[in-house]
Amino acid sequence: MKRRNFLKACLIGGTTIALGKTNKGYASGSFEGYPEAMGVLVDTTRCIGCRSCEAACNKEQKLPEPDTSFDDPSVFEHDRRPTAKAYTVVNRYQKEQPSGPVYRKVQCNHCNEPACLTSCFVNAYTKTQEGAVIYNSKVCVGCRNCMIACPFNAPGYDYDSATNPVVKKCILCYDTRLKYGRPPACVEICPQEALTFGHRADLIKLAHERIRATPDRYVDHVYGEKEVGGTSWLYLAPVGFDKLGFDTTLSNDPIISNVKDFLGMVPMVLSIWPALFSGIHLLCKNQEHGEHGHDTDSNQEDTKP
Amino acid sequence: MSSYKHLIVAALSIGAISVSSPAALQCAPVPDSITLNPNGKLFSPFTFNHSKHIQSIKECADCHHHTTGTLVLDPNCVRCHQNSSPTAVVSCKGCHSATPFSPETLAAKRADKQRYHLDKMGLKGAMHQNCIGCHTKVGNGPTGCQDCHPRTKEGAAFYSTNRKGAKPAHAEEE
Ligand code: SF4
Ligand code: SF4
Repeated sequence: MKRRNFLKACLIGGTTIALGKTNKGYASGSFEGYPEAMGVLVDTTRCIGCRSCEAACNKEQKLPEPDTSFDDPSVFEHDRRPTAKAYTVVNRYQKEQPSGPVYRKVQCNHCNEPACLTSCFVNAYTKTQEGAVIYNSKVCVGCRNCMIACPFNAPGYDYDSATNPVVKKCILCYDTRLKYGRPPACVEICPQEALTFGHRADLIKLAHERIRATPDRYVDHVYGEKEVGGTSWLYLAPVGFDKLGFDTTLSNDPIISNVKDFLGMVPMVLSIWPALFSGIHLLCKNQEHGEHGHDTDSNQEDTKP
Repeated sequence: MSSYKHLIVAALSIGAISVSSPAALQCAPVPDSITLNPNGKLFSPFTFNHSKHIQSIKECADCHHHTTGTLVLDPNCVRCHQNSSPTAVVSCKGCHSATPFSPETLAAKRADKQRYHLDKMGLKGAMHQNCIGCHTKVGNGPTGCQDCHPRTKEGAAFYSTNRKGAKPAHAEEE
C-alpha cells in the first residue's frame, strides 16, 4: 500500500510539474470492460485445495519444476503470492474454524482497467477484447512499475535472467487457449469446478444467482465485480473477504485514474528516461521533506514581526 | 449445483427413518458397478460400486436429483420438480457435460434464452462435488485424489511428485 501511494505521488507530482495536464488516457470509471470479455468465477466454497490448478498452470506455461511437488501440503503454512515461477498459487485460510479451511486461488485478476498497463513506461501491456491482460516481454525493461502499481500483487519478477530481467504473470492462457475461445488450463483441470469460465457479464449473474439460491453458503458480495473498476476474475466466499486475505480497502475506482496522465509521458520517457526517473525520485523526496520544511518555515514566518 | 450438501444431509436424516426399498429398483435396469474416468490420462479408470452406495444411501435423489422419479428434497428443486416423473436418462453424463466450458457449450448456452439451468455443473465437477461432499459430511468415504483413482505415470509427472522433500515450494515471499 505504502509503496503504491509513493508511486502515485511520484507519478502525479512528476506529471503535473513536468508536463502539465495531458489528454491521453481513458474516461476513468466509465469503461465497463469489453462486452465480450471472458472471465473466471472462483467459488471458494467449492475449492478443496488440491493444487491441481497450480500444476496445470506450471505445465501449460512451461514454468520451471516447483521446489516441492504439487501434493506438498506444507506450502499452506505460509501465505504465498504469485511469482515468475508460479503464476497462480492456492492459499489456505480459516484453518482453525469448525467449518473447516477455506482455500483461495490467487493469480492476476485481469482488471478491466489494469493499473499495470497504465503504469508501464514502454506500453508492454495489452488488455485484449477477450479480457486477458497480456504483456510483451520483448519490450519489458524490467523497471517493475507494474509490480508496484498492481493492487493485487500479481506480477512476479524473474531474477534468474540477469541479461533480460522481466516481469511475468498469468495471461489467462491467452496464446494457447483463450484466443481460441477455450478455458484456461486451471479451469479445465479443477476437479471441483470451483472455477467457472464464461463471459464476465454472465458470470456476474451466475454469482448473484448462487448467492440468492443458497444464501447460507455465501456472504452477499462478488469480489471483483466492482473493485478497482471490475476484474475478469470474480470471487465468491463463505466468510468475509477480509478473512481470506482479500484487500477489502480497495475503492471501486480504477487505479488508472490516479496514474493515467502518466501515459502521456511515454514518448518523452523513451528519450530522457534515466534523467527523468532520478528527477522524480528527488522530487518525491523533496516533497516529503519539503512539507516538513514548509510547516516550520511558515511557523517561523508567523512569529516574525 | 451448490445445494448438493444440503440435499445430502436432509436426505440422509429422512432416509434413516423411512427405510423403504429404493424406487429406482422398480424401473430401469440399475447397474451394480460402473467404470468411472474411463479415458483418464492423469488418473486411472476405476470401478464405482453402485449397489453398495444404493444400500447405504437409499435415496436415489441424493445423487440423481429428480431424474429417477423419487421424492426430491432440495427446496430449490422442489419448486419445479415436486412431481417430476422419471426421465429417460439418469446417468450423470446424460445431463452434465464433459466439456462445460468449450466454445460450443458456451455458445449454445448463450443462444438458448429459455434455459433455466444456466449454472449446471460439468461432469467432472458434479461427480467430485457429490462424492467428496458426501464423503466429507458423512465422514466415512474416501476424499483424497488417489483414494479413488490412482495416478498414472503421466499424472505423477504432472504433479511433479518426484520433487518431494525439498524446501517449501515457491518459498520466495513478498
Ligand atoms: S491484477 Fe495486477 S497485473 Fe493483473 S491486470 Fe490487474 S493490475 Fe494488471
Ligand atoms: S484445482 Fe480447483 S479445487 Fe483444486 S486447488 Fe485449484 S481451484 Fe481449488
